[in-house]
Amino acid sequence: MVPESAVSTRNISKNYGDVEALRNLSLEFPRGQLTSLLGPSGCGKTTLLKIIAGLLQPSSGEVEVNGHTVTGPGPDRAFVFQDFALLPWASVIRNVAFGLEMRGVAKSEREAIAERYIREVGLAGFEHAYPHELSGGMRQRVGLARALSVDAQVLLMDEPFSAVDEQTRRKFQEDLLGLVQNEKKTFIFVTHSIEEAVYVSDQIAILLPRPSRVSEIIRPSGFRDKGADNIRRDPEYLDIVDQIWASLRSYVE
Amino acid sequence: MPNRSLFLKILSAVILFGAWEIAGRIPVSYAFPTFLEAMGALFRMAGDGTLWTAYAETLQPLVVGVAISAVLGIAIGLWVGLSNVFDWLFSPIFIVMQAAPLAALIPLLVLAYGIGLTSKVLVVCIMAMPVIVLNTSSAVRNTPESMKEMGRAFLASELAIILKIIIPAASPVIFAGLRLGVSAGFIGAILAELKITPTGVGDIITYSRSIADYPSMYAAIFSIILLAVLFLNVLEKTETVLFKGNQRGYVSD
Ligand SMILES: Nc1ncnc2c1ncn2[C@@H]1O[C@H](COP(=O)(O)OP(=O)(O)OP(=O)(O)O)[C@@H](O)[C@H]1O
Ligand SMILES: [Mg+2]
Repeated sequence: MVPESAVSTRNISKNYGDVEALRNLSLEFPRGQLTSLLGPSGCGKTTLLKIIAGLLQPSSGEVEVNGHTVTGPGPDRAFVFQDFALLPWASVIRNVAFGLEMRGVAKSEREAIAERYIREVGLAGFEHAYPHELSGGMRQRVGLARALSVDAQVLLMDEPFSAVDEQTRRKFQEDLLGLVQNEKKTFIFVTHSIEEAVYVSDQIAILLPRPSRVSEIIRPSGFRDKGADNIRRDPEYLDIVDQIWASLRSYVE
Repeated sequence: MPNRSLFLKILSAVILFGAWEIAGRIPVSYAFPTFLEAMGALFRMAGDGTLWTAYAETLQPLVVGVAISAVLGIAIGLWVGLSNVFDWLFSPIFIVMQAAPLAALIPLLVLAYGIGLTSKVLVVCIMAMPVIVLNTSSAVRNTPESMKEMGRAFLASELAIILKIIIPAASPVIFAGLRLGVSAGFIGAILAELKITPTGVGDIITYSRSIADYPSMYAAIFSIILLAVLFLNVLEKTETVLFKGNQRGYVSD
């Protein structure tokens, strides 16, 4: 059974001048679930995410979040940027608290919240470091903490684990599963890793190369409640990974 | 590290003054006094008050002109940088102002505004303002798009984006412009006193040259350079206090 959609995109097209990034893309994002967008580089995943965020206007089509048509950014959505987009002159804690600051949360309160999420992404002790003093993976986690701290209903994550090491990445994937289960949030997750997509997703949308449309929607379901440690050994998990690879392979060759 | 840079500053001053002393003793020109002679004249003028009355005069157009240029220059620069219309309207004026040979304009200013304070303030402004405006506007225009986008995604208002993102991002270049503008303002103040009516420090220079008192002439020139250097140092300190992150390098990725 598919629950109602928190986000729906209807017939989205997006042209950048002559470049046709998205064509007639329609996709439903079920509430409280994690949907991955998987597709070759340059196929328009970031573009789609930014359109949902209200940062870009689609050339045609519309996005609905919780039944309301999107006209711009809103408090119901938070974004994790592919290029982190940190403020280099601000310390980690100020970067993480930025969204709360813009929402008018008092300084002491927002710093308390920021500290909690800094700890959660494993950066305790770096509250007062500056971005240039952090490694790429650490910066990425600052961007993650910033998006988590505003407590939005919909989290738009553009390759949020691309720069972290494999151990941290696996830990984050497990944390993400916990987050999806415990909080009634909707996650839209862009990744290049087939395994990661199958591991964390309730629904995987495979996008075609430019101009991008949805070619296939896969809903892994059988292994979700078998426990984090067993998923990677589950036959269904392995089958889906193979199946996705088979359909993506044709674009690589 | 600060000790080391202080040491280097003192060392370069010692080398410079030593070279001056030697050049004065050779002498390279009968009109070129030694460093010690110039210092003697400086202390004499400081002692009998000539120097202070001169500066009371010179500082008026300088301080007023630099203050106007800084405030107005940054304001116009922000405006020009933020709006294409203002860019189109104003940029050419400041580019022309920066390129124009100022000495040619002074007679026109005197014709229009007389030989009083107004003309001298204008000379300082014409010297100082263009570089402040042009630096500010180009810094504003070059604010990374991804940072502004991040601001919008986290619900920053237009004003918050300007205050919390654009200005801090532009501040290193704005301050570089201020430093250049202030130096140019010093030149403007002395130029005004040499070309319009000899008053203040300009008067000391003109008068002591006419009676061949070269040590006093060089002492006056030296004092204005010293003042400019001190002022630039204060400006630098202000920058490090206001924008701590600027000192800490920038993340580049
Ligand atoms: N601002 C822009 N101006 C012009 N073209 C753009 C712009 N942004 C993206 N594009 C084009 O749109 C297409 C989709 O870009 P997008 O960033 O959405 O891809 P992506 O799927 O996120 O890729 P990746 O996986 O490499 O991050 C690309 O071909 C790109 O060249
Ligand atoms: Mg992308």
